[in-house]
Amino acid sequence: MAVTLEDVEKVAYLARLKLSGEKGRFISQLNRILDYIAQLEELDTGGVPPTSHVLPLKNVFREDEARPSVPREELMANAPAEHMGYFKVPRAIE
Amino acid sequence: MEYEAVIGLEVHVQLLTESKMFCGCSAKFGAEPNTQACPVCLGFPGVLPVLNRKAVEFAIRMALAVEGEVQPFCVFARKSYFYPDLPKGYQISQYELPLCIGGYIEIETDGGKKRVGITRIHLEEDAGKLVHEEAYVEAGTSLFDGNRCGVPLLEIVSEPDIRNPKEAHDYLVRLRQLVMYLGICDGNMEEGSIRCDANVSVRPKGSKELGTKTEVKNMNSFRNVQRALEAEISRQIRVLEAGGKIEQETLLWDPEREVVEPMRSKEFAHDYRYFPDPDLVPLYIENEWIEKVRSELPELPWRRKERFVAELGLPEYDSEVLTSERETADYFEDVVASGVPPKAASNWVMGEVLRVLKEERVGMDAFRKRIGPDRLAELIKLVQAGTVSGSIAKKVFEEMRTDPSSPKEIVEKKGLAQISDEVELSRIVDDVLSEHPQEVERYRAGKVQLLGFFVGQVMKKTRGKANPKLVNRLIREKLG
Ligand SMILES: [Zn+2]
Repeated sequence: MAVTLEDVEKVAYLARLKLSGEKGRFISQLNRILDYIAQLEELDTGGVPPTSHVLPLKNVFREDEARPSVPREELMANAPAEHMGYFKVPRAIE
Repeated sequence: MEYEAVIGLEVHVQLLTESKMFCGCSAKFGAEPNTQACPVCLGFPGVLPVLNRKAVEFAIRMALAVEGEVQPFCVFARKSYFYPDLPKGYQISQYELPLCIGGYIEIETDGGKKRVGITRIHLEEDAGKLVHEEAYVEAGTSLFDGNRCGVPLLEIVSEPDIRNPKEAHDYLVRLRQLVMYLGICDGNMEEGSIRCDANVSVRPKGSKELGTKTEVKNMNSFRNVQRALEAEISRQIRVLEAGGKIEQETLLWDPEREVVEPMRSKEFAHDYRYFPDPDLVPLYIENEWIEKVRSELPELPWRRKERFVAELGLPEYDSEVLTSERETADYFEDVVASGVPPKAASNWVMGEVLRVLKEERVGMDAFRKRIGPDRLAELIKLVQAGTVSGSIAKKVFEEMRTDPSSPKEIVEKKGLAQISDEVELSRIVDDVLSEHPQEVERYRAGKVQLLGFFVGQVMKKTRGKANPKLVNRLIREKLG
């Protein structure tokens, strides 16, 4: 199943990316990636459990203890806009 | 045509942990905006989440309480979407491998007990809060507070087993009671500790097929859930009756205007592209852990209710009221343990104690500090020993609300002890009879209902302190 212009536009929309002339380039690049991944299909993976993580680790926990958060000024240092201790964001409802 | 509704509920329960799910920020409600947030919960680049052990333990508790199957292996997944209340651009949730599958919650219906199946229970993090409506919000913008970002939630998804708004209401009441018993949620609906969304469809009664469903959101109280569902069910029936078709859509309940309306959100793409979160390692829940949690489970409310009926001989009604909250049931049992017969203890707890809690809007914990179960038990024992009458005991109880003395001391201080002195009472009865010669005559002529009148007069003279049994006997003897 090859990637189409429609797919590229949809993925770009979901990622909120504004693409201009480079859509054609992405079609071929994404197709090359999928072709590469498709090589896996040549293997019989019937008995192999799906990988959920690449490290041989499990059950990493922290104990339920609250600690002071980061000072608000630091937290908001890079915010484009703020108001009364809030981050100011574009309105999402009409 | 007669229709029936098919309802499934998705309930989000905020877990009562100290800290958030993946960082050490406090999870407490009500702080100043953005004072309980950090690079982890706001999703700054390069940070790593680490799972809160307690959140998992709470989820296991819930799973066991509804007799669901705790999964030995589960994985956290990213649910991707863009919305300004979600700075990371994804919510950490569980998708293909949730923590619990199956289980049920039992509700009472007109047709007897009914099990509402649980499809799954999983852990996820909360999003932040957006402020749109206040006067200080500039046009075209919203304000974002990250304090709730990353607060642990348990999502409990029911099977579409619910058939009407009343059942949905009762299911939620049971669920809330359960999570509070388990100590995993404070049950505070106003603060959003329990939130409910519903999937609703209607179909001709008796039909096996499912109609097109809508999702109803923003029902933040038990009453709202029932009303919103009623509104949506009649809306769907109206559409079908008019020959229309139900659109699959998300609706918001407007509690002020009592209508459901399509969500106003812009560009809400339902393409979540779930995938395992590479920042979090898989979770293997070993049997040992499950068994440990099981051994620490409190007695569940419905079991406790059955026990109150079977072992303590309480009526169903009393048992239901007393077990509705764990702290009430604990208090009641402590009164009984202090040597008071169960029914007497039940009457006092259901009557006076619950009345005071309601009046003062205080919790049982605060009340217990003022009037402990042992002190209430002592008061009830005074009634049973005949030291005070039931109505005087209520006066003593009123004093106990502000006076830390023992009930006995209060009785002495206020001179409230019951008059059981036969000589003294006999004199008072004589007075009453001589003051009411006409009534005495009518009584003797057969109007025995006047006994109550005489008793009342004696009580009036003694300000309620006369031993009623003795008064009854004395009056009968003197008039007989
Ligand atoms: Zn944090």
